[in-house]
Order: sequence, then C-alpha cells, then structure tokens
Amino acid sequence: MTSLWPRIEPLLAGVEKPARYIGMERGSRRPHHGPGAVSWLLVYPDTYEIGLPNQGLQILYEILNERPDAAAERSYAPWLDLAAALREHAVPLFSVDTHRPAADFDIVAFNLSAELVYTNLLECLDLAGIPVRADQRSEDDPVVVAGGHCTFNPEPMTDFVDAFVIGDGEEPVGEMTECIGDWKRAGRPGGRTGMLRALAAVAGVYVPSMYDVEYDGPALASVTPRFSDVPAVVEKRTIADLADWPYPKEPLVPLIEVVHDRLNVELFRGCTRGCRFCQAGMITRPVRERPAEQVRAMVEAGLARTGYDEVALTSLSSADFSGIDSLVSELVSDQIGCGNVGVSLPSLRVDAFTVGIASEIQKVRRTGLTFAPEGGSWRLRQVINKLITEEDLYAAVEGAYSQGWRRVKLYFLVGLPTEMDEDTLGIAELARNVVKIGKQYTKQASCTVSVGGFVPKAHTPFQWFGQNGTAELHRKIHMLRDDLRKTAAQVRWHDPEATFAEGIASRGDRRIGAVIERVWRAGGTFQEWSEHFQLGRWTDAMAAEGLDPDWYVTRHRTEDEVLPWDHIAAGLHRDFLWQDWQSSLAAHGLPDCRWTPCYDCGVCTDYALEHVVAAAVPPAGGSQGTGQDLSLGGAVPVLLGPTRGALS
Amino acid sequence: MKGDAGFPIRIAFTKNGKVRFISHRDVARAFERAFRIEQLPLAFTLGFSPRPKVSFGLALSVGHESDAEYLDLELAEPIAVEPLAAAISAALPEGLEVFDVVALADRAPALQEAVTSVEWNIEVITGSAPESGEIDAGPELVAARVDAVLGSDTLVVDRIRKGKSTQEDIRSVIRRITVLGASEQGTSTAVELSTRPTSVRPAELVAVIGQEFCEGRVRRTRQWIERDGERLDPLTADPRIALEARAS
Repeated sequence: MTSLWPRIEPLLAGVEKPARYIGMERGSRRPHHGPGAVSWLLVYPDTYEIGLPNQGLQILYEILNERPDAAAERSYAPWLDLAAALREHAVPLFSVDTHRPAADFDIVAFNLSAELVYTNLLECLDLAGIPVRADQRSEDDPVVVAGGHCTFNPEPMTDFVDAFVIGDGEEPVGEMTECIGDWKRAGRPGGRTGMLRALAAVAGVYVPSMYDVEYDGPALASVTPRFSDVPAVVEKRTIADLADWPYPKEPLVPLIEVVHDRLNVELFRGCTRGCRFCQAGMITRPVRERPAEQVRAMVEAGLARTGYDEVALTSLSSADFSGIDSLVSELVSDQIGCGNVGVSLPSLRVDAFTVGIASEIQKVRRTGLTFAPEGGSWRLRQVINKLITEEDLYAAVEGAYSQGWRRVKLYFLVGLPTEMDEDTLGIAELARNVVKIGKQYTKQASCTVSVGGFVPKAHTPFQWFGQNGTAELHRKIHMLRDDLRKTAAQVRWHDPEATFAEGIASRGDRRIGAVIERVWRAGGTFQEWSEHFQLGRWTDAMAAEGLDPDWYVTRHRTEDEVLPWDHIAAGLHRDFLWQDWQSSLAAHGLPDCRWTPCYDCGVCTDYALEHVVAAAVPPAGGSQGTGQDLSLGGAVPVLLGPTRGALS
Repeated sequence: MKGDAGFPIRIAFTKNGKVRFISHRDVARAFERAFRIEQLPLAFTLGFSPRPKVSFGLALSVGHESDAEYLDLELAEPIAVEPLAAAISAALPEGLEVFDVVALADRAPALQEAVTSVEWNIEVITGSAPESGEIDAGPELVAARVDAVLGSDTLVVDRIRKGKSTQEDIRSVIRRITVLGASEQGTSTAVELSTRPTSVRPAELVAVIGQEFCEGRVRRTRQWIERDGERLDPLTADPRIALEARAS
C-alpha cells in the first residue's frame, strides 16, 4: 500500500542514528498485504538497538509471515528527535519494513518486557494516530495487543491495550489471526466489541474490557467477566516442546550496532531453580530443553545465514542444559564457516563447573566474568532460594582468576524480604574475599559489585512483600559503598527512584492506568533511560489521581487480599506460592523439581505438561545441583519489616 | 613474514538509497559478515581477538551516497576473483553493491594514504536558518558564488583541531567546481577536492559557497590516486602481477 518513505526520508537527515528507521536487515521481510491477510505490526516500545535483538518479536515475525493468511512487519519507538519531527511534519508512526503507516495494520502488538517502557506504548499509539485509550477507538482503528512477561500483571495497561496474550505467543498469534480474519470475512459482526469478544474466547487471550472491576475503598474487591463465554481466569499458554519451534530460522541481522549483537540460539525455556524473586523463572515453567542436535543445527545454519562470528546459547540458566559441557566443546572445536567463532553463555551459574565451561569457550580474551549470588548471606540466599554457598562462589572466582580472568562482576539485590544490615554488609564481605582470592593470582584483580533494588513481581512468592522505599534503598547502598571504600571492589547501583516507579507499575491495578497516562502526557517517555527519568512525574501523577504510592509499593499484602492479577494464571497455585512465601520467611530452601519429586506448584499437573529434560541427573557442579544440604539456616532471627538500625 | 601466503584483493562498491544512512563502521561490519556468509578464505590477525584483515578507504559520511568506494581484504589463499563481485553483493544489504574485485599487489599502499583526490556531486540547497530568508539556491546565484570562490586566492575557514579552534586555508584543496544545473531542490554541482594537505567535507565546501546554503543529496562519484604525475583508478593502480610473469 502507501509507503511513507518519501515523507520520512527528508526527516532522517536531521536525526541521530537514522539507520534505526530504514529496515533492510538480513532476515527482514516485505510481506504482501493481500486483502485476505491479517496484518500485524509488531512493536518493541524502546529504541531499535534494544528492540531489534528481542527474540520473542523475531520469532513471532517469522511465524506470522510463514502463514498465508498473515503479514507481519516491525516498528520500534522513535527516539525523541524523530518523534518531534514526525509530529511537526504530521507523519505517523511507520513500519521499518515497508514504511507503512502503523494505523493501516489490523493489529498493533507490543512487546512488554519491562514496566518502565509502558509510557512508550502510549507514545507509539499517539504517534500512530491511534486513540491512546482503548474505549475511544472505533471499528477502523487497529486492535492494540500486548504480550511479554509484564502481561502477567496486565492491569496497569488495561486502559490502553485491547487484548493481552499471556504466556508463549507462538500458538495464540495464529489463532488470533484466524479469529480476526473470520470476523473480517463475516462482515465484522458486532463491530469492534464483537471482535474483542471473539478474541476473548481464544485461549490465553485476556480482553480487559470484558471484565468488571469492583473496589472496596482502596482495596480491590473483584474482577469478574461480564459475559458467560469470557473466562473468569485466563490461563497462560505454553508450548509443550521447544523442538517443534526451531525459530528464528532466519534471524534478523541489524545494519547498526545493537545490544546482544550476535546469533542467539535458545537452549531451553523455563527454569525450576525456584529463585523466589525471579518472575521469569516462575511464569515460564516447566523446563523445556531443545534437543542438543537441534541446537547444533540452528547454530550452524544461523552462522551460515547471518555471517555472525559469535553465538550466544540463551536461557535462564544455560549451565543447567543437559550435557552443556559436551555441547560447548563440540561447538568450539567445530570450525564452522570461516572459523574463529565465539560462543557465549549469558547466564552463568555460580560454581567451579560453570567456570570450567567458560574457560573452554573463552580461550582468548579473558576480561570479565559475571556471577549473580543475589544475596549477601547464606541465610538470605535461603530466603530467596538462590542456593549458592560461599564455597561455591569462592571456588568459582578462584577458578576464574586462576584461569586468567582479571575482573569478576557480582550481581546483588538489596531490599529483599527479611534483609538486615548484616546481610547487606555480607555483600561487602563477599566482595573483599573475592578480591583477596584474585590478588593471589594477579595484581590487577578487581571486582565490581552491581546492586539493584528488589521489585516484587506478580506470580512469585514475593508478590505479598512490601518493597523497600527509596530512602531505605539509598541507605543500604550508601552503607555498602562506605564499607567498600578504599578496596579494589567497585560498587555500581541502579537508581532507587526508578526502582520505586517500577514498583508502582509492577503490582498496580487498573487505577494506575491514569497515572501512566499522566506521566506520558507530562513528557515522560523512555523512562528506562536515566537522563529522561524523574520520579517526580510519577509521584505527581499519583497525587493527582488521589493514589498513595506507598499503598502500592511498600505495603505488605495479606493472604486474603485480592491481588490485581488473580484472574491471570501462570499455573502456579496461589497456596503453593503462599506456602513458598512462608518457607522463605523461615529461610527454608526448596530444591529444583527437575531432579527431585514434584512438590505440586500446579503448572505441570494443571496444564498436563512435563519437563522436557534430556538428562535424568542434575548437572555436575556445586551445591546448585541436588547434593545441597537445605536444612541449614533459620539460625538468624527472621524479621519482616523495617530493618533500619538492625545492626545497633 | 608479511605477504607470506597472503592474497590481498581490492573490492570496489557503491552505496545507494536507504543504506546511505548507515555509518562507515556499519559498512565495515556488513562486509565482514558478507565475507563469512560467502565463506571466503579469510586471513586473520594474530592476538587475543583475531579479526579478518580488512582495510577501508576514505570514510563516507552518514547520508552520503557513492559510486566509488573501495576496501582491501587479505585472503589466506589465492582464489579466482571474477565470481566474487556477484557473490559478495548477494550477501550485502540492498544498496551496497560490489561492482569489481581485483587481485592486489603485495604491500600495495593503503587506500587511506594512496587516494589523492575525490570527485563529488553535491546538491546545494537553501538552508533552514531564518536569516537565509527567501534566498533561492538556484543555478544562477550558485554559479555566481562559485565564480567568487574559484576567483579567490585564499579561503580561510574556522575549524576545530584537537579541541582547539584554528583557521585553515582550504583554497588549494578545491580543484574544480562545475555548476551542472537546477536540481529538485536547488542546484547540482560537480566538485573535485584534494585529500591533502587537509580534507574538506562537502558541507564545509557548501558553506564556503554561501553561508545561507546547505548540502542536499551528496554523492561521491570517483576517487583518484595520483602517482608520478599520473592519475590512476584505485582498481588499476596496484595490480597483482601473476607469479609466472614476475618470475620471468
């Protein structure tokens, strides 16, 4: 149809990185928009450099374009300079593939993988000329869809999104295509409402306008479907076997540098380590490994197609893949293509076994290695179920420094449940010991401690926990910095103000929609970019809506409270999560269910799924295998609540 | 050691259309990926992070098109160069097209040093500054200004060198400016600029023609290597002489 390119082209001379908007990547498509085809615009609401590598978007782009009844293109949030130019010249948001106006698509679908991009979704709709609020859209406007991990609490975005896809998108996108195609062919029965009601019948699709919400004072009382054919609880979708979905087959190769600029091959989806802070692990169960043979084939074909010289084997904990050591050594010894291909494992487990694999793949250039112990003491790590002993960590860093690495980076969370100052200072203690170990091997040994404030997420055992406020997070970070002054350990931290705003959105209800709209109207886009973030925009918006930020962010929830996402199911039984929360407060760890008897979290039983794991035995390595002794802990008094002055 | 088994080639290519918005660095990366896709027998640098041995010519600014770009690549072994242009083009993004590949002499001078002058087609358009007012960058006005430029003995411009603002005379760099006629938005000119003693960007030249003017579409049309008074095309300047010819 109409390409906006002639109107876009003159604007690009005046913007930063104009190649963000030209498309033409290897692997990109210029699909034919036939009259029968349902057209999808897949939008990543952040910059091109962050959005392009997103594997979810690439997978759906390919799956949809393989269908004869669908056509899919892509778009990314235009940077501030182009957004201003588009408004000035009345040019709407466009696809990068054929530069078609966004509003010409049947479906505009957003990937929501972080709360702080929410305002960018509004910005993209507004630039597209699509009414920002769902209730103001007419029959001719596209259906606005959202998917991604954030949709496990969709409520803050229900004012703007017509339909959410919960869970793996591979199957529902096809079903939605058929649903909307049928509706169009049938002469659009029931208008927009008729189409949305039909979409609500697709498994895993949540259409918020089909539900009534009631409040009891500040508390949420109920979310109930308005029609009998609309599900009371929307269950997530899960692909049973990753082997059936060898995507992306034709990965997108950007023309400009982007994050994770390499071939990515997904080793497995899901994780049952059971880290209690980790929403990704909780909502993607069970574990589904890709057959090793398929991984090798995808690496080989992917490198040959893309010309990349690096491949990342991705998952939530890549060292847990059955036979990871032999897979890696085969990939390293195979001289694929022109040779000199690098292999990387982005999520490293903390133990010596893992470092052994890392040393195999990074034969050269051993600069930095990253580990994530997350908590500063064994007690706290039992609370969060990140069951890494100090011995594991020290063995891992000793392995790293002794094999030539000079810099070790450690990730920690602060503001975790039951955390006391000795736990926070435990981070400093670990860092000092890590440096001490390093100095035995190299004078240049250094250690970077990266600290993020913990934000409780929906569908995790910590969904009931009151997040630490900004003052408390600042105090802890300051204490840590003080304690590590004049050491070879450097502290880096995430802004507690941004952590607070993330907390507003992460467990918000429908009333937060008006807050997000106010933040956007006040100019608050690109909130993940610290130079564009001001907490004041968020607190002002809360005040204007008569909402108490602390009620949403720092308040502990009770067992009987109706949570805004109770009508969305990740398969985890609420009483399992509550029990896990109680175990957490008692500092009791819970083993990985891949290699131990089922403790009935609900996912496999309710969805008739099973782990797809090639090895029946846990991976070799430290206590993160099943040899761990979980009876330890509980010796330190457990305290839920303010921790100020706990040391005095 | 150098030139032991290496087989250097020179690749000539164009950059046209949307792809003109990618940077010089991005072009380099696109070529490196294309070499891997075509599985060329690459020679790698030694050291911690082996890289293919690629050396690029003069940088082309983001937004500029070109009919005449060059890069040198060292292969690990001799191969037939004839099929390479089509093969590499197929693996490059649309708009980057290889039109010739030649075998290069060992130790040929690097392109960045060897190229002595560059020809451009530069469109001169009216600037967007308010003070430029209604001045129309039409062929007559531009021709008059060009005459003034060519008639002057010195053309001093303000430049920033290593963070300090200095003044430089760029008159000797301007070899030729020809007004070709009206373009879509202004006036087309053909220009030849020396690369020494200093290089002048098309936008700088346009500003010298008139402060109220801006560059519109810009296209590099040729690059020249002048050596011993002779003007050579980079493709023919340093040919590889077949071993048997050298031996005789």
